[in-house]
Amino acid sequence: MPRSATPPAGRRREGSPFTGLGAVFMKEFADHLSSARMMVLMLFVIVFGAFPVATSLQTLRTVVDPNSFIFLRIFTLESEQVGISFTAALNFIIPLMAIGLGFDAVNSEFNRRTLSRVLSQPIYRDALLLGKFLGGLATLAVALVALWLIVLGAGLLLLGVPPRGVEVARGLSFLLVAIAYGGVWLAIAMLFSVIFRSTATSALCALGVWLFFFILWPQLAGALLAGLAPSEIRSLDEYVAVQSMGLGLMRLSPGTLFSEAVLGLLSPETRSLGPMLPSQMRGAIMGAPLPFDQSVLLIWPQVTGLVAGMIVVFAVAYVIFQREEVRA
Amino acid sequence: MADIVIEVRGLVKTYGTQRAVNAIDLDIRRGEIFGLLGPNGAGKTTTILMLLGLTETSGGTVNVLGFDPVRQPLQVKRRVGYLPDAVGFYDHLTARENLVYTARLLDIPRREIDGRILDALKSVKLDEVVDKRVSTFSRGMRQRLGIAEIVMKKAEVAILDEPTSGLDPHATFELLEMIRGLKRAGVAVLLSSHLLDRVQSVCDRVALFNKGSVALMGTVVELANQVLGAGHPLQIEASGIDVAATLRGVEGVRTVTAESDGSWRVVADRDVRATVAERIVSSGGALTRLADLQPSLEEVYTRYFQEARHAA
Repeated sequence: MPRSATPPAGRRREGSPFTGLGAVFMKEFADHLSSARMMVLMLFVIVFGAFPVATSLQTLRTVVDPNSFIFLRIFTLESEQVGISFTAALNFIIPLMAIGLGFDAVNSEFNRRTLSRVLSQPIYRDALLLGKFLGGLATLAVALVALWLIVLGAGLLLLGVPPRGVEVARGLSFLLVAIAYGGVWLAIAMLFSVIFRSTATSALCALGVWLFFFILWPQLAGALLAGLAPSEIRSLDEYVAVQSMGLGLMRLSPGTLFSEAVLGLLSPETRSLGPMLPSQMRGAIMGAPLPFDQSVLLIWPQVTGLVAGMIVVFAVAYVIFQREEVRA
Repeated sequence: MADIVIEVRGLVKTYGTQRAVNAIDLDIRRGEIFGLLGPNGAGKTTTILMLLGLTETSGGTVNVLGFDPVRQPLQVKRRVGYLPDAVGFYDHLTARENLVYTARLLDIPRREIDGRILDALKSVKLDEVVDKRVSTFSRGMRQRLGIAEIVMKKAEVAILDEPTSGLDPHATFELLEMIRGLKRAGVAVLLSSHLLDRVQSVCDRVALFNKGSVALMGTVVELANQVLGAGHPLQIEASGIDVAATLRGVEGVRTVTAESDGSWRVVADRDVRATVAERIVSSGGALTRLADLQPSLEEVYTRYFQEARHAA
């Protein structure tokens, strides 16, 4: 029977869709944590994260930084030797981790022929998919928290000053944003694992999307903007409109949303994530940090965008999974 | 009726314009082994998936232990054990860990889990490899682990899809013994297969699937009567006389056909062995063999599909 949007009351299924969710979650979480793949991913993250952190710590030790948010500078400082900050490295690495955890979530069950056996237990497909997603997300969170603690610990040891409360609060918010960002990519990876039976195909597609957003999208967005924008800009309003459109296009990439949110959180002097007119700057003290709550307010749309993206992609995966035949 | 555990009426499944399952009726009773037979693509697995609520039905009703698999799949799946065709387990986990996961999904109380898993593994003779990884298991052991899962679940109905396919004769024998064990424990077993002699040896009743419909249903003898015609087939081997000529006119004998030199096949209305033996011996023939032929499922199956092809 084709699933109608609202099934008549007589056909509505009974029982909670979350029956068995805990069991699935615990198994996935345990599987991920003990897997060799997790080891490789952690190694990857530590290597990629350690270089920027180590070099920025060296720089911070030698230079007297006028910035009072010295701990946050560990995350954001782009040292000359490496040319990439810790957060920029994460922007790039988190998708890879999430794809690594999610690309074979559903199709591997299918290929191992465990799917029909598991689904013949008293659970709905909802619980299986959600449990797998949450298991992956929890694994990702564990990895990021560990990484965050390592960076914080290294900072304590090498800088010799404790972080201030507001720095910890900003750092923790940064962690949450990073997890949400990972969630988007995990949902994308799982979507492909639902669509394709072959794990190699789904991994390739997820990596393709990742490369597309990182390499092609900035150029493509520029080209689109050039095509859409009027050939001659006559007023300031028009200029602002074109700039906002360009930003809007760039913000379709989760990576842009993540880097903007990180910028707002970890560089407290950030006042706007878009174009700013001199009139809006009236009365502002240049370089003065915003209070924490104002920074959160500033990045709120970005965070909402990430969470919404995660939910939308997961929902698509969910709908496709519900319609899939379990037989080989 | 209280002891009907699965009741299917007019079940239909369509994929696009194709009818994979076309209005089938089935009744499966408590404590019997019921076989679903038929060529690949006849709709056996689709029917099984609909019984479990793993595939939506396109029409008709299904009742499993008083529950509707479409609306109450959790209730059905809690009480029905399923062993899919070529069942898979998590290779990186041990036999015990695999069953622990199932037990958690079933929400079995934690203190019962260990005992039930060990009992189940003992009943399928896997208690010596409890903590071995499933990746080291042979196909037969995996199938047995699947049976153990059903035992642990304390299912009232076991649905086995091609349980013996790909097993060597010894493993097949062992598995069938375990299926009989399920029956002894009062479990209704529904199994699909194309290994006919195996099915014949364990099944109480069978249904023959053809192109999405149940072509024949009943005990093996009933099926044989329908397809091969009622009557007692006999095989006679004798020398020194023409059996066909000798038996002409014997009451109850319908046909006598020569199969090869010195061997005949007789179809009679009733058991005429005594008369036949007496007639051959008194006519001077040396009777070397007189056998009552049990109708074989294989014969029924082959003949049925031959006729179906001719009719088509």
